[in-house]
This record gives sequence, structure tokens and C-alpha cells, in this order.
Amino acid sequence: MAIMLKLDDINVFYGAIHAIKGISLEVDQGEIVTLIGANGAGKSTTLRTVSGLLKPKTGTISFEDKTISGQPAHKIVEYGISQVPEGRRIFANMTVMENLELGAYIRTDKNGIKSDLERVFKHFPRLAERKKQEAGTLSGGEQQMLAMGRALMSSPRLLLLDEPSMGLAPLLIKEIFEIIKDINKAGTTILLVEQNANMALSIANRAYVLETGKITLSGDAKELSASEDVRKAYLGG
Amino acid sequence: MGIMDQFLQQLINGISLGSIYALIALGYTMVYGIIKLINFAHGDIYMVGAYIGFFCITIMNWPVLPALLVSMLLTGILGMLIERFAYRPLRSAPRISVLITAIGVSFFLEYTMMYFVTPQPRTFPSLLDDAAYHIGPFIINNQQIMIFAITIILMAILTYIVQYTKVGKAMRAVSFDTETAQLMGINSNRIISVTFGIGSALAAAAGVLVGIYYNSIDPLMGIMPGLKAFVAAVLGGIGILPGAAAGGIILGIIEALVSGFISSTFRDAAAFAILILVLLFKPSGLLGKNTNEKV
Ligand SMILES: Nc1ncnc2c1ncn2[C@@H]1O[C@H](COP(=O)(O)OP(=O)(O)OP(=O)(O)O)[C@@H](O)[C@H]1O
Ligand SMILES: [Mg+2]
Repeated sequence: MAIMLKLDDINVFYGAIHAIKGISLEVDQGEIVTLIGANGAGKSTTLRTVSGLLKPKTGTISFEDKTISGQPAHKIVEYGISQVPEGRRIFANMTVMENLELGAYIRTDKNGIKSDLERVFKHFPRLAERKKQEAGTLSGGEQQMLAMGRALMSSPRLLLLDEPSMGLAPLLIKEIFEIIKDINKAGTTILLVEQNANMALSIANRAYVLETGKITLSGDAKELSASEDVRKAYLGG
Repeated sequence: MGIMDQFLQQLINGISLGSIYALIALGYTMVYGIIKLINFAHGDIYMVGAYIGFFCITIMNWPVLPALLVSMLLTGILGMLIERFAYRPLRSAPRISVLITAIGVSFFLEYTMMYFVTPQPRTFPSLLDDAAYHIGPFIINNQQIMIFAITIILMAILTYIVQYTKVGKAMRAVSFDTETAQLMGINSNRIISVTFGIGSALAAAAGVLVGIYYNSIDPLMGIMPGLKAFVAAVLGGIGILPGAAAGGIILGIIEALVSGFISSTFRDAAAFAILILVLLFKPSGLLGKNTNEKV
């Protein structure tokens, strides 16, 4: 399958802190790839570097054969990459509808926006019922849905998800992961960052394990979840 | 005049003056909302606006409305240039560096203007006749009617832009969370620039209106109203648009009542006493929530 996203020997620093130490990874078109690892391993840093919020000091990132590293975040959205940030980061003082409209900020195709809005409401019927509600008053789960819906409104070919399960009840996590699978089936490639390795490995095609800024393991998600090392370190035995 | 008549009259005067403060305070609060900068040069931008209006009216012989619009346009561009060349290079610098730069820009505008237009005050031509109308218990003159009308129209346009247009939603998004706004594809630098443009244009309108109201302008005329507008913005809750409008009007009314019933020498003191009281008892301002809502 065609390689969609390729990170080639990326190094990222926060001042003097060397957070990402030479990471290379690939995401093929149509896949769900997950990046798992403990707190502070550098998962969010990796995603934020792909979406342009951080610049790699060395290394290149390419998307659909175009080099995107070095571009500002607002340009990278235009290439077809959309990020759901860690902690949701919805615009709490705006309505649900305004949040979704901002998701479609780069677009001018009215009909396309309309049909994507319908698609978002189909994935997340609860958002449709709350269009006019101020986003800050949504429940945690609804806020996660809004953050995902907002990201889908730019009609991305690659969706970056940073810990969608964070702070949610187990039942809701299952629901969200079902929706992630649906979004993927409908044609969106997904790079999923999770601490909930069990869940992530259960829906992913492939996985990378990140430890203090380095990839230590990678491979087929099923094989990894069966591997002794991974079970011990991330799946609670 | 009975005490009630005098009160009502000071109320009209206060709302006129307060409208001017409100227009300046809106720019203050918009800029603060979006980049957390107290733009101390904002009062001087208002002064430049007054001069541009003055020259349009005296040299070009234009009527008020075109003079006002051209002043707003040019001053808006000036605001964007100041942002681009003085503040943007300091985007990731410590807050204090930007604040000091703002003070520098303030002096730069004041003394550049003194060089070109001399420090002498200029007499703004009186464009409207001094007719005054009795409406119920109020006496209101042409200048005041014009100030009310223009202020209300500008506030309505601003509200429309911020609430309903794409650029307005982007302004609110950048104010709330710049990084996430960028993830939506919003070019935050461009939105910050537009915010400076709109804020500066509103200050220019205030400058031209003050010229028409008080008939006199000079290169240091922006200092006091700039500080007062800052007080108004803090009073309403800095970063909150309706707060700036309300803060400006309230401050204007208080000043007018203090000058009318106590003494005009206490006018300025009253404004700064309010600042201290707000900072002591409700630092988030009258309309401020604890959650720090912006723009
Ligand atoms: N803004 C920052 N300034 C300095 N160091 C940072 C910053 N953000 C992250 N780091 C450091 O970089 C490393 C990687 O952080 P990152 O947020 O990418 O981890 P993570 O894998 O997403 O963790 P978590 O699962 O807790 O979200 C950590 O050591 C963290 O302390
Ligand atoms: Mg993280």
C-alpha cells in the first residue's frame, strides 16, 4: 500500500531537552497505526511535530510524497492532516456549531462542508442535539466527540488522535473507539496515540512503542499485543 | 437649573464622553484579548486618527463622514504596521519586553507627530451648527447626536463582525487558544493583524469625534484618554468586548457627574480611584468571569 505519512529520523527539542531522539515511522494509506508508550515518552510531541506546532531540529516529515516539516501548523491542515489535540482543547466559550464551523475554516466548498457536517452528526448524534449549546458546558465525552467532529470538518485524509480515551468511562471509551473504526472504514487514515494500549492495539493494524523519545518496538498490532514484553510493560501483564 | 435637570444634563455629557472612551477601550481590550498586550501606544493611535481626520477636513475640505472613514482606514493600516514591525518580532519574548516596546511606540508616535505637525494645538473646524434640541428633560446638541449615532453604528458593526463573520470567529478562536486555532488552519498572525487594524480604526473614529466635540487637538491629546480607556477596559473586564463598551460609558458618566457636582479638578482622580477599587474588589472587572473569557 502507498505510504501516506513518513517520519525520517526526527529529532525534537524543548530548549535543551531532547524529547524525540531520531524517530522514523510510516503510516500507509487506509491504516490505523497506533503509537503507545508511558507518560512522557514523547507521543504528543511526535504528533505535534507532524501537525506543525513543533519544528523538528533535524529529520524530515513527508505526507503524500511532499515534504511538510518546516511548514506552519495552519498550512499543514491544508495538506489534508487534522489533529485532535490532547485534552480536547475545544473552544469552550463558543457553541458546538461554531466549533464545527471553525473545523471547516480552510474550506470554501459550501456543499462539501454541509455533507461533512451531516457525516459528523451521523457519527456523533449527540452533537446534533446540542448545536447551540456552549461547548464548555458539554460533558467530557461530548467534548471529545466535538474535538473529533471538529477535526473531521476539514475533511482530512489523515487524522491524528491524541489520547481520545483520556478521562472517559470504559463504556464511553468503547463507543469512541467504535467511532474511530467507522471513521477509518469511511476512508480516513488514522494515527492514534494512546496510553490505553489494550484498546489501541485492538483496533490498530500496526503499532509503534515509544520509550523516552525512541521507538523500541514496532510491528503488527496483533503480534505486539501477544508479545511478552509488551504485555508486561503496557498491558498490565 | 434644578438639581434634577443638572443631573440629566451631566448624564448626556457623560454618555458622550463615555462613548469616546468606549471606542478607545474596545481596541485596548481586543488587542489584550488576542495577544495579552496592554498596548500603551493605543491612545497615540487615537491621536493620529484625530489628525488624519483634521487634515481631511481642513486641507481636503471633505465633509465629516468621508474624513472619518479615511481616517479609520489609514489609522487601521498604521495599527497593522505597528503590530507587524514592533510587536510581531517579539511574539515569543517575555511580556515585559513587549510592554516596554509599546511605551517606546507611544513616544515615537507622539514625537514624530510633534515634528511634523508642531506641538501647537490645532482648532478643529466646527462642522455642525451648535443647535441644541430639547427632548423631554434632556438638552442634546448636534455634536452629541453625532457621537451617539456613530458610536452605536460602529459597535453594531463590530458585534456583527465578531459574532457572525468567519474572521470574527477566527478572532475569538485565536483569543481563546492560539495553538488550537492554528490547528484549524487559522493563520494567527493574520488574525492578530486584523485585530490591530479594527482596534486602531475604532480609536481613529474616537479621535475624529473628539476633535468635533472639543474643537481642539494636539500631539499629546492621546495620553489621558488612553489611560482612561485602559481604566474603562479594566472596569468592564479586560478582554471582554461588551465590558469595554460598558466600562467606557460608566466611566464617562462618573466623570461628568464628578465635574458637575463636585469639581472638574477631581475628574481624573475619580477615574483612577475607580481603577484602584476595581483592582481591589473585582479584578476580573464588572463582566469578568473567573474563567477569564476573552474577546
Ligand atoms: N513544553 C514543554 N517544555 C519542556 N518539556 C516538555 C514540554 N512538553 C513536553 N515536554 C517533555 O517532553 C517529553 C515528552 O512529552 P510528551 O508530552 O510528548 O509525552 P507523552 O508521551 O505525550 O506523555 P503523556 O502520555 O503523559 O501525554 C517529556 O519528558 C516532557 O516533560
Ligand atoms: Mg501526551
